[in-house]
This record gives sequence, structure tokens and C-alpha cells, in this order.
Amino acid sequence: MKIKDYKDLEKLRKEGLSSLYPSKPKIMVGMASCGLAAGAEETYKAISKEILDKKLDVILTKTGCLGFCQMEPLVEILEPGKPKIIYKKLISNKVKKLIDSFITGRIESDIVLARVDREEILIEKSVKNFYSNKIVNETDEEVNYEISDKLKNEINKIPLYEEIPFFKKQTKIALRNCGYINPENIREYIARGGYFSLYKVLNEFSQDEVIEEVKKSKLRGRGGAGFPTGLKWEFTRGARGEPKYIVCNADEGDPGAFMDRSLIEGDPHSLLEGMLIAGYAIGANEGYIYCRAEYPLAIKRLNIAIEQAKEVGLTGKNIMGSNFNFDIKIKQGAGAFVCGEETALIASIEGRRGEPRSRPPFPATAGLWGKPTNINNVKSYSYVPQIILKGARWFNSIGSEKSKGTMVFALTGKIDSTGLVEVPIGMSLKELVFDVGGGVLPGKSFKAVQIGGPLGGCLPEEKLNLPIDYEPITEAGAIMGSGGVIVVDNDTCMVEFAKFFLQFASDESCGQCVPCRLGGERMLEILTRITEGKGELEDLDKLEKLARVMNQGSLCALGQLTPNPVLSTLRYFRDEYIAHIIDKRCPAGECKVLITYYIDEEKCTGCGLCLRHCPQNAISGEKKKAHKIDTKYCIKCGVCKDICKFDAIYTE
Amino acid sequence: MEDNNLEIEKIYKIIDDMVDKNEGLIPILQKSQDELSYLPVDILKTISERMKLPYHQVFGVVTFYSQFRLKPQGEIIINSCDGTACHVRGSKRIREAIEREYGIKKGETTTDGKFTLEIVRCVGCCSLAPVIVVGKDTYGRMDSKKISKILKKYKK
Repeated sequence: MKIKDYKDLEKLRKEGLSSLYPSKPKIMVGMASCGLAAGAEETYKAISKEILDKKLDVILTKTGCLGFCQMEPLVEILEPGKPKIIYKKLISNKVKKLIDSFITGRIESDIVLARVDREEILIEKSVKNFYSNKIVNETDEEVNYEISDKLKNEINKIPLYEEIPFFKKQTKIALRNCGYINPENIREYIARGGYFSLYKVLNEFSQDEVIEEVKKSKLRGRGGAGFPTGLKWEFTRGARGEPKYIVCNADEGDPGAFMDRSLIEGDPHSLLEGMLIAGYAIGANEGYIYCRAEYPLAIKRLNIAIEQAKEVGLTGKNIMGSNFNFDIKIKQGAGAFVCGEETALIASIEGRRGEPRSRPPFPATAGLWGKPTNINNVKSYSYVPQIILKGARWFNSIGSEKSKGTMVFALTGKIDSTGLVEVPIGMSLKELVFDVGGGVLPGKSFKAVQIGGPLGGCLPEEKLNLPIDYEPITEAGAIMGSGGVIVVDNDTCMVEFAKFFLQFASDESCGQCVPCRLGGERMLEILTRITEGKGELEDLDKLEKLARVMNQGSLCALGQLTPNPVLSTLRYFRDEYIAHIIDKRCPAGECKVLITYYIDEEKCTGCGLCLRHCPQNAISGEKKKAHKIDTKYCIKCGVCKDICKFDAIYTE
Repeated sequence: MEDNNLEIEKIYKIIDDMVDKNEGLIPILQKSQDELSYLPVDILKTISERMKLPYHQVFGVVTFYSQFRLKPQGEIIINSCDGTACHVRGSKRIREAIEREYGIKKGETTTDGKFTLEIVRCVGCCSLAPVIVVGKDTYGRMDSKKISKILKKYKK
């Protein structure tokens, strides 16, 4: 069936609603990459087997990622008349317990994460009330419970989803559907207001009006630079040359970042709809999504989504009965970080080496095949349908003075609650790390937060009060980037950390321009020297000088920003550099050449675990007596420190 | 030998089909590598002829992107993730454990042709760091002890 008018769209919405909220119980397994890595596939199979064995009349389906990766695999159970219940860490051997509790109606508190009483449907201010099993107006009062008092008591013991610290301060716009819908079912996307924005622009908006609305929303590009999206669209629309192209940059190369991956895996249609709206506004009929080859699942789901959109006539010719035509193709990256830079990305789509060129001309005037091209990040596109549906003013009410809306972050590293979060721009770093992320791991102390990916910077504790916004973060020596946030604690050596980023950036330099190609290498040599205890104080000046040259002389952002991690650590953690140089000591106990492994005789119980696992047989000792490391044979591999259950191994 | 010829014929056909459909150099290289696990020089020459592109351009693209390999690989590729999150959570120690146990370093293959060790810059499962990808399976929350057990499963 092809959608020709509102009636057709409404029909698909109804079908989607009955699949989202079926009349019989539904079990959803979170199956994005992180869920799968935690064992969601086995969980899914085990549930499916239990359903068969016990002849249960339930629907089993998959969904994207709710963002709380720490708790994966996540399973949600929806029963008519009861709140939705989210289960955590549900590996396959807990499935029996889950199904038993489902059959008996007993709530097993150790596997329960949260309950959801009401869920926004994102269209016409409606919410699904799970108790009454009805879709009601947002402002309606709580409908009477239709469940027994006993069950009500039980249910009340489960924390509400929105009261869980990890979710409490989040505002989900870009991630609105992740973990709610089956990403492989277009009808469920439509049920939550999807493609209604496209319908709206095709029928009610002129091309200029769409651009005006996006400009008014003050949406800034979420790829990192923060350029106003509406303005970019206007430039491309106004540029001479036909045809025009829409490109989505999904080449999420930053190590430690997985926002785009999660979004595509959980809600591919929101990206497609955003691109379609951009295509209409700009006057393009062709779109490309450039996605990393390292994201096979994201590519698979995108392919399914594109296929489904084509089936119902949301891509192709005469979309929804209008005279707008648009097709979307996927181009896979081939493993080059620099292709995240827009001119390199274009070169790669064209089948060339991904080498950036100098700008201007910007892609808006001369992009793909030399034609006007609009390039935005995945998140930027996926905000657009909501902006159209709810209005620029609504979007404007969220965020800071200068930057509106929310920002999606990947919280990782030595942080308690790792995962994918979406918070209003302007929230302080402290709130992000400590309230949403739960702070550092028990027994450790916070050292720095690295923000902006390998070209970003490390900010220390005293900068935690900074609001998360483009300008303040840049001033402090980091960048917003596309949203990677990595927390490190006292076990991380900042010199080694800076060296890690520099190694990455210089490996990924395309080699075209001298400051980037050689500057990175020279800085790396100096840092290696310092971590090996062979550094001199002048090296610090040399680093700063090289950084300046690279920043001013490189062609693209990769070369210009490569020194960032070094500069920011020199700015905030200079004492660590000096300790390596003067005292020949690594304060964090990480730099191999400068440390020695010891066993704390007081803490060691003589369990023998380290002795058995030492690859060098360098540990000796009698059972139940303190062990010893023979430094002559120790290769400092750290296996003993990893496996010791009594924290008895230390480095000096 | 016959098998080999069949395989080469198959690749030629894939290349021709893709050239006809105007699929572009990179997708053709990716598809060829999917089939053969690496890109032999003969294949690169064929692609250059069929696409009417200078050989140096094809070779330039192959050596630019880290995905492309010019040497054959082991049966199973171990991708040890060294993204930032994995790095701070000790990915190095896991890699060293593999290096010690199987006697291979980055880019090398075990003598029995079973495993090739590669380093990948982030597979996007950062919240489960450190992560290792063996073949197509991803394993999270690794440590040097667990990895040894996992690899033994694949050794059979």
C-alpha cells in the first residue's frame, strides 16, 4: 500500500498503535549493539523457547536501546491494564525467573529496574495510560486503577522510570523512540507521530517556510561545530546548480562515542524523515547516508527502514500524493576517521581517497559531484521532525540562551552508570557526570572528564560547574564534538591518556599537509619520551610550540585540533608531566617503565590466584601466607592486579 | 585449483555486475574483500581495467582505508577494541594476554591460520568496555582471564 493522503497515514498509525500496545501481553528485548554484546540474542532465544514450552499467548519483539547500557540486556514487559515493567541485566539464565514471575504475577525485585505508568505518544499531546489501557490527553488526571490492591502495593514498590537517577534529568527528543518501538517496524514509528511532520510540510509549508521554522528553532548542527542548521539549509537552497544533494554524516569515528549508532539502531526512521524534510526544503531529490562499516547492525536496520519507507511510498516518486520525489542510498565508510570531515566524506562517497580539501567553497555551494550539498549529522536530522510537529517555540523553550534543545552524550569510562543520555544544553558537567552518570566507581576519586572525542580536551574537577554548551566548553580547552564523554579516575595517567589520543589522531592523519602529518608524529615522540622517564622540561615548551603550528597551519579540523588533548592536560595536569620528567615517577601508576608491582603483605591472604595466573611465574609464596613478586621476572602485564580480590597488588 | 578458478570467476562476475550498476570503487572493493577476505593484486588490476580507472588510483584507495587488506587473513579475526573507553578500562592488558597466549601481534596471524589479531578503533559498545569482537560476535566486560576461555571455544 502506498500512502496517498492523510487517511492512509492515519490508517498506518492505527495499525502501529495496535502493534505498539497490543491487546495481549508483549515482551520486548533491547537489541541494539550494546544489548547484543551483553547477551540479548541468547536472552531473546531463551524467552522464545519458554514461550513455546509453556504455550504462552504473548508477543515477543525487539526494540532499540533505552540508553542504560550498564543494565543490559534490558527486557520490557507490557500487559494490558498494568504498567510497563523494565527488567535489567536479563541474561539468558535469568529468563526462567522472568517468565515465572510473569505467569504468577509476582514481582522479582532483583531483576526489576523500573516501571512506566504513562508514556508520551508524541502526537497531539497524548499519552498512553497503562493502567486504564487508554490513550488520553496529556493533561488528563490519573485514571482510576483497575487492578487489585495487592498488586497495586507490589507495583508501587517498583521505582518509577522517571525517578531513576539515570533517567530523571534527561529530556529525550532525538532519542524519543529508542527503546520504545521496534526499529524494524515502520508502523510503530508512525504510531508515535512519525512521518506526520513530512505530511505537514508537504501539504502546509512552502520550502522557505520549512527553512524559516528550522532557523527559528535555533537548532545547531550536532556534528560538533554547532553551525546553525537552518542557515546551512538556506545556503544550499540558494546555491546555484542542479541537482542538489542531501547527505547524512553517520561516520561516527570518535572512539568512545556511539550516539549515532544507537540512534540509527533504535530509530532509523527519524533520520530518514529528517532527511526527507531537508530534501523538500532544499529542493533535492537524492540523499546519501554515509555510515561507518564498523556498524553492521545500524546499516542493516537502515536498509530495512529504507525498504519499508519505499513500500509505503514515503520515498520514491510523488511522496504522499505530492509532486516531491526523493530517494535515499547508503554509502559505507571504509575505516578512515578523517572521513568525518565533510569534504573528505564527499571524496569518499565519490570513490576517492578521503582527503579533505580547503574550504571555501563549502559543500553548500560545491559538494557532492561539485553540486550544492547539505551535510548534517544524524542527530541534527532526527530533531527536525519534532521541531516541525511541535513548533520552533517549543524547541526554543529547552536549552541555554545561545543553544537550544538537547544534546546526546555517550557516558563511558570509569563512571558508575555508563550509557547513552540526552540532556538539555546548559546542564552543568557536574550534573551530567554525578547526577545522571552516578559519579565514579566506588572507592575511586574523580580526576577528569574528557569531552569531544580524540580532538577534545580533558577538564578537571574545578571545571565541573561549567554549563555544557558550545562556547564555554571550547573556552575551557575542550570541544563539544559529537558527544563522547569519558570519565577517568585517579588510576589514569593524564600523560599516557594524552598520548593515547595523539597516537589515534596521528594514525588517522591523511598525510596531505605537513603540520598534521609531521607535527603529530613529533609530539608523539616527545610524549613517549616523557612516559618512559626520558623527558626534559624543555619538552613541554616544544609541545606547546608544535601545538601552535599545527593549530594554525593545518588544513582541516583533524590537524588543527589534534594537539587539544595535550594542551588541555598541560593546562590542568602539568604537575603530572613534571612528576614524569623530574621525579621519573608516574603518579597514577600506569606508565610501565616507571613503575614496579608489589604485593601488600598486610592485604594478601595467600589465596594463590595471582601465582597461578602470572604468565611469567614471577610470583611465589606459600598458601595462606603473603606472596611476593620477583621484579627480575615481572613484565608488568598487570594480570595479578586485575584478578586480585583483596586489592593487595599496588604499583609504585 | 578448480575451486580457486570458480571463486575467481565468481568475483569477476560480481565486479562486472557492480560496474554495470555504477556502484563506485569503494563498494566494489568492499564486496570483493567480503568474498575473498583480502584483496589480491590480480583482483585490483581487474577492477582497475573493468572500471577504466588508473591502477594507481585503485591502489591509492585501497591503502588509504584501514578496512582494506592486501594480505590473507586467518580464519577468524580477533578485533581488540582500543577506543577511549576500552583503553581506560584496560584493553591493553587483554590484548597482551592474547599476544602472549597465541604468539601473535597486531596484524599477525597464528601459524595454523586460525586467528588474526587486529586493533579496531571503537566498535561503539563503549559502555561494556573493554570489548573484543571475535569473528562476528561481540563480547563485553572482558578481562585477561575471560578472553582465554572465549578463544578456546573458537579453536575447535
